[in-house]
Amino acid sequence: MKIAVCVKQVPDATVHKRIDPQTKRLDRSGEATLNATDLNAVEEALRVQEAHGGEVVLVSLGPEKAVESLRKALAMGADRAVLVADEAAAGSDLLATSRALAAVLERESADLVFFGQAASDGDGAVLWAAVAERLHRPVISQVATLTVDAGSVTGKRQTEHGYDVISAPLPAVIGVSDAINEPRYPSLKGIMGAKAKPQETLAVAELGLAADALGEAGSRTSVLELGPPPSRGDSIKIEDDGSAAQKILDYVLERRLL
Amino acid sequence: MILVFLEHHGGELEKGGLGVLSKAATLDEAAGVVLGPGAGEVAARAGLFGASKVYVLDDDALAAPLPQPRVDALAALVGETGADTVLFASSVLAADVAAALAARLEGGLNWDLTDLELRDGELVGTRPALGDTVLVDVGWRGAPRIGLVRSGALDPVETGGTAEVERFAASYSDFSTLATLVEQTQEESSGPSIEDADVIVAGGRGLGSPEAFSLLEELASALGGAVGATRAVVDAGWYPYSTQVGQTGKTVSPKLYVACGISGAIQHKVGMQGSGTIVAINKDPNAPIFDFCDFGVVGDVHQILPRLTELVRAHRGD
Repeated sequence: MKIAVCVKQVPDATVHKRIDPQTKRLDRSGEATLNATDLNAVEEALRVQEAHGGEVVLVSLGPEKAVESLRKALAMGADRAVLVADEAAAGSDLLATSRALAAVLERESADLVFFGQAASDGDGAVLWAAVAERLHRPVISQVATLTVDAGSVTGKRQTEHGYDVISAPLPAVIGVSDAINEPRYPSLKGIMGAKAKPQETLAVAELGLAADALGEAGSRTSVLELGPPPSRGDSIKIEDDGSAAQKILDYVLERRLL
Repeated sequence: MILVFLEHHGGELEKGGLGVLSKAATLDEAAGVVLGPGAGEVAARAGLFGASKVYVLDDDALAAPLPQPRVDALAALVGETGADTVLFASSVLAADVAAALAARLEGGLNWDLTDLELRDGELVGTRPALGDTVLVDVGWRGAPRIGLVRSGALDPVETGGTAEVERFAASYSDFSTLATLVEQTQEESSGPSIEDADVIVAGGRGLGSPEAFSLLEELASALGGAVGATRAVVDAGWYPYSTQVGQTGKTVSPKLYVACGISGAIQHKVGMQGSGTIVAINKDPNAPIFDFCDFGVVGDVHQILPRLTELVRAHRGD
């Protein structure tokens, strides 16, 4: 079974994130890491591989230095990585990003394509559905429990109203929830071996896409302006001296919230 | 014209979609679209919230809550009506429909919007970014424009109009009907669901034990609200995943959010900081939640909650 996992490099959680006021894009120059929820997707792919054999391929779009983040997933056990790194792809919105990923996935023709839940930089939250649409494949998202057999995949997911169990024939696209598993830590052997695994970097032209298919030229959304969020106003902080419950009630009543 | 995707459940239109519709009606001519069995019965009500028209397709192929057949239906409707904008209230289902529709129609998708306005005749959305520390104004290049609005960000406003209900037809792509619903369990929930609740009483690790959630349930019941939980307690198995508020859980914006024993980690903050008023109770005076709540109490939830429940009940005359 061939399994692809779409992953993304994001700014490290400990780094103060900023949007460059000039380009209106997220400043990606600082420390970066693999998006945390993508690790759930990598883990699930590895579990499917352990049960059914085959290959796990990482697919990503990002700057050249994203190979460092991909290495972490290779250390977990993925077999190889394909990174679309091209200045012409910078600033791609969801539409353009889905175009790039679909082009790579088309080449790979994997039986299963995994996505993690949502990127911590706020992008790509719903990429799986756009990619599935481009690939003309069934999609199951927010999967918390996954079963794969020879020809089909079944996912249980939580919705606003309860739980749905959804089944689809392979090939299929799966978005996993972060409740699906606990990602493994790379072993020392895995870390040592990661660098030697095949890592391919592709330019936009090599995907058979037009130069204006990605980046801002290929995007249909734009960031117009940045501003700080409205302040919440003055806040009150008290220490409980036995009257806190009454004070909370008074505050809530004063604001007409009951 | 703006098309607004209206989800329905249990014979009623969902509040989220009606909120988006109310806003859309202030921007342009707005029409609703209701899909699936039972759509015909609930559609007309959208007129009260500003829809001039409601398009209905009550096909059995749209019975299961699956996105892909809905993409076929909406793409057909956009083609038929020439609508230049399609808006959704975010949900597990709507997010997938919106993203796939954007790819199908090659229209831009902006998501997690908290507001929409017209600026020089152009649609502009507001999207909080980077953990809600920056507000970004986003636009679309060309039509169709696809927008996903953050759950609970826009309130339905009843304006008392009437809508003409029109049926339409669609055919489905081969790949759209490959995924099938094999089982569905409706969650037994008492009281309002967390995303629709006006009041949420939420608990975190600071409660000390899963048993303490009964204190939250009683307060929530007295306030007519729902109970929420942090990722930490959901991970620990103290409370169901369906109640998780945060980056990887639900994003909520009730009028009142009572955070009990919640430190206020960024993962939780992004899911609830859109709440109208935030009251926080925590033993740790240095908890980050005190930096973004409106009314903070340094104290013990086990002491304060039962007393507060009692006072609320007395006030309501129960």
